[in-house]
Amino acid sequence: MHPTRGETPAAAPLPARRLRTVPAPTHGPGALAGRLAAGAVCLALVLPLAAILWRAATEDQGEPLFRLGPADLAALRFTLWQALLSALISTLLAVPVARALARRRFPGRGFVITLMGAPFLLPVIVAVLALLAVFGRGGLVNEGFTALGLPTLRIYGLHGVVLAHVFFNLPLAVRLILQGWQAIPAERFRLAAQLGLRPSAVFRLLEAPMLRATLPGTALVIFAICLSSFAVALTLGGGPAATTVELAIYQSFQFDFDLTRAATLAVIQLALVAGAALISLRIGRPAGFGSGLDRPVTRWDAGSLPLRLIDGAAIALAAGFLLVPLAVIVLNGIGGLTRLPASLWPATLNSLLVSLAATATTMALALAMALARRTWVETAGLLPLAVSSLVLGTGLFLLVLPLAAPATLALPITVLVNTLMALPFALRILAPVAARIEAEHGRLADHLGLTGLARLRLLTLPRLRPALGFAAGLTAALAMGDLGVIALFADPQQATLPLQMYRLMGAYQMQAAQGAALVLLALSFGLFWIFDRWGRAGAHA
Amino acid sequence: MLTLDHLILQQGDFSLTADLTLPRGSRCALIGPSGAGKSTLLNAIAGFLPPRTGRILWEDRDLTALAPAARPVAMLFQDGNLFPHLDIARNVALGLSPNLRLTANDHARVREALARVGLDGMGDRRPGALSGGQQSRAALARVLVQNRPLLLLDEPFAALGPALRAEMLALVRAVVEETGATLLMVTHAPEDARRIADRLILVSDNRAEPPAPIALLDDPTPALRAYLGEG
Amino acid sequence: MRHLAIAAGLLMATQAAAQTPELTVYTYDSLATEWGPGPVIEAEFEKTCGCDVTFVTAGDGAALLSRLRLEGARTEADVVLGLDTALMGAAAESGLFAPSGVTADYSLPIDWTDETFVPFDWGYFAFVGLTDGPQPTSFRALADSDASIVIEDPRSSTPGLGLLLWVKQAYGDEAPAIWEALADNIVTVTPGWSEAYGLFLEGEADLVMSYTTSPAYHLIAEDDATKTALAFDEGNYMQVEVAAALASTDQPELAQQFLQFLTGEAVQSAIPTTNWMYPAVTPAAGLPEGYETLTVPATPLLMPVAEAQAARDAALEEWRAALAQ
Repeated sequence: MHPTRGETPAAAPLPARRLRTVPAPTHGPGALAGRLAAGAVCLALVLPLAAILWRAATEDQGEPLFRLGPADLAALRFTLWQALLSALISTLLAVPVARALARRRFPGRGFVITLMGAPFLLPVIVAVLALLAVFGRGGLVNEGFTALGLPTLRIYGLHGVVLAHVFFNLPLAVRLILQGWQAIPAERFRLAAQLGLRPSAVFRLLEAPMLRATLPGTALVIFAICLSSFAVALTLGGGPAATTVELAIYQSFQFDFDLTRAATLAVIQLALVAGAALISLRIGRPAGFGSGLDRPVTRWDAGSLPLRLIDGAAIALAAGFLLVPLAVIVLNGIGGLTRLPASLWPATLNSLLVSLAATATTMALALAMALARRTWVETAGLLPLAVSSLVLGTGLFLLVLPLAAPATLALPITVLVNTLMALPFALRILAPVAARIEAEHGRLADHLGLTGLARLRLLTLPRLRPALGFAAGLTAALAMGDLGVIALFADPQQATLPLQMYRLMGAYQMQAAQGAALVLLALSFGLFWIFDRWGRAGAHA
Repeated sequence: MLTLDHLILQQGDFSLTADLTLPRGSRCALIGPSGAGKSTLLNAIAGFLPPRTGRILWEDRDLTALAPAARPVAMLFQDGNLFPHLDIARNVALGLSPNLRLTANDHARVREALARVGLDGMGDRRPGALSGGQQSRAALARVLVQNRPLLLLDEPFAALGPALRAEMLALVRAVVEETGATLLMVTHAPEDARRIADRLILVSDNRAEPPAPIALLDDPTPALRAYLGEG
Repeated sequence: MRHLAIAAGLLMATQAAAQTPELTVYTYDSLATEWGPGPVIEAEFEKTCGCDVTFVTAGDGAALLSRLRLEGARTEADVVLGLDTALMGAAAESGLFAPSGVTADYSLPIDWTDETFVPFDWGYFAFVGLTDGPQPTSFRALADSDASIVIEDPRSSTPGLGLLLWVKQAYGDEAPAIWEALADNIVTVTPGWSEAYGLFLEGEADLVMSYTTSPAYHLIAEDDATKTALAFDEGNYMQVEVAAALASTDQPELAQQFLQFLTGEAVQSAIPTTNWMYPAVTPAAGLPEGYETLTVPATPLLMPVAEAQAARDAALEEWRAALAQ
């Protein structure tokens, strides 16, 4: 298993005993920063919730806290079920795609990998309309079916919800799993080739343990994202049977003005994600492949024609599934570009500033929390996924209200909320890599006295760079495309690009809105590309 | 003088006791069956494994509570002795300054050390571009600049061929003679032990024996004979 | 001490007088954008009031009311612009608003007697479709047809709530049966109007729940006459959009002046081509060209505010139960 290991008696796999001799950093500034960050995140989530609960208590006095009706329970069931299906299917479909990308080298591979980030970054309405242009009643797929004399496909229903969630999350899953593949050092594949291991044996010995370590976390992130789905689930779900907890929360705020119910549902949502996070962190143990010397990976086990065909098909299908709706957005948007109002540009600038500021704060928090390597810290970092931005926004609104006019704080609060919302993704990307760096190089670094900033500068950051680039790109693009709380706080002068796009739609200006969506897509993707490219440029430099 | 004072090490259900002293300047081979705890002992001395009880002293100074980097110890592991993303010169320079803030003098020392181990002019290469022997040399160059009184080798050359291993051991011997360091090395090959060591410690049956002269190899005790397989 | 207090009071009074008074108007998002009536309202009112109008926006009418309730008496709002008849009951119950004192000669198809809320525009809800598409003339005909419809969720959108009350008022106890009959016509339910209208424009459904004035936008702004709104035999439900002064305002006179101004010529003549609704008071020049082509339902429907407020929750439950199967 381990080519440089000298002991002759039966080659046991890398002994767990040795890994345990590396002490986790329970002390020191690194661990402290991580715990402070986790504490701050918890506060930023708990305080708004508490503000709503407190307000609820003063608003409707004497009403019991928990009083979920049958409709709420149905919403809870549907929410869990669609999130579970979406997470499982996205994750499983991502495996062959990630494997194909991991073991093939072809022109445009870098571009495909970058593109894998894109659909995830679209505002919901844009992505849904693009999906419908492909899978909807008059979409490309149904046109094809009709031409072939086949019955048409109806997208609305649970399968439509899952389809859209897979569209949103497959790219993320592919990237997270690909990261796992790339963490298997080239030396292991070399050894496998030397031993003449067949692809099935390579899978069992090298890839399966990696997948075991990677898939639970990947599935968890997607599960949590889908748990707070609202517009996608309702629009494609086809009716009130597709009511999610998030919609019930929205209803509580806007339709019933029942703060107690809103807060109760928010707490349930939070508990679900916290529970799922604990389970997944428990299953997803680090794989322990030992360290390599950063040699470029060559795969000797995957040269056969059937495997090439399978990989080619996986990449082509995934790319097609993601690219065709994107192409629709681009084509529709070009016509709208000439109709864009001048007010779009200040909004675009606002969005860029929010995006860059949120990227900076998210990366600082995620880095500190990833380096702390504590389960509770990591769980805390995943919790924001579970808090609906409506709850967060409303809670922050209540907190800010006695202090200042909410509109004056619209942009800082948008940065804060985007930071919280992006943190789970960034942490999910950084934490496994940081853990691996410590497992592989921690002992040498301890021995040489690499501590504090020197360790960060000379060991952690350089080895973390590809993950940092990916996480930063994702954060920037997420913040760029987020509608989120700005709608709750903004005054007309402080719009962001997605809000401005939504306003265009509300004013019947569908074409201009499509143009704005294209601008948004281009900027999100551009930001993602720049950061991701920066990270990957360091990988083999 | 290295003192292991009533030391008991515990890892899971495995334990090892050691109560011994090793004179300064000795070159001592640690031998014993696989899994007997040789690496565990080195890890404890280097500070990666806190002992359950007992103390570790160097020249009457208690090291037990010190962090790994604060100990007067240089160590080479079985693998992973170099950071793959840093070039050789920087890897070596880490032995001088953990934050790589180097003076002109430091740079000169790194160059000297690389030249001393036969890697002259290769400082800007990364470990992945070097052969196994060259990687070992680079790690030794760092040991040179670290200049610690206690050198621990946990079979860093096990992957090398016999000739290359002999060459590396000769280099190690030259290094410890130059620096006057005390050497403690794990080995499986009696001929390696003979080539470099003047003492040996047998680790078996959950116990590290006090050091014996290397000549014991020629007249082994029953336990040592059992290990050497000459009985 | 007393002299000091009086001096301080005088000082503050003179400062307040020296400053331009500020009127803070809370409104829904799309009203204050450059395409909405917001800019005209602000510019025209500032010409005469000697004040500074500031718009603060929240997503839609429901979000607006929620926000005002969250802020309570601490709100900076002097006036709210953009609640509607479906929200008036809850708004009245909140006790946040003061009688308006506004009088106007409304051209609404119903009598307006409310003394707190001032109507500034109105419209009929209607299913909108293509002139060459299916055009059922009642809910029953729609349910019997193959026509597909996109509707909005009453829990998260104004037209959705309008549709809910429409069916309830037209059919009373038979409303659940109507919803069950409509279930197979409904392609999907969207969270808001924008999504529903977007889906309709993409060809996902034959009809969309919108307003009789929607075709006016396509006709006037895009020269596109292919959209039409359907008048139903049961009548079409109305939405009246209203404004009101906050009871907590520190500028009650300015607020009243603003409300009165809303019913005046300047605002009312801008409403049809900015908010794409009927003006509450027909402007002197009449309605803009194109409006004469719009469908005018024979029977306007509108539940009295208290009745709508009382019927809402039960109607929602019927809707949910009928469509959730």
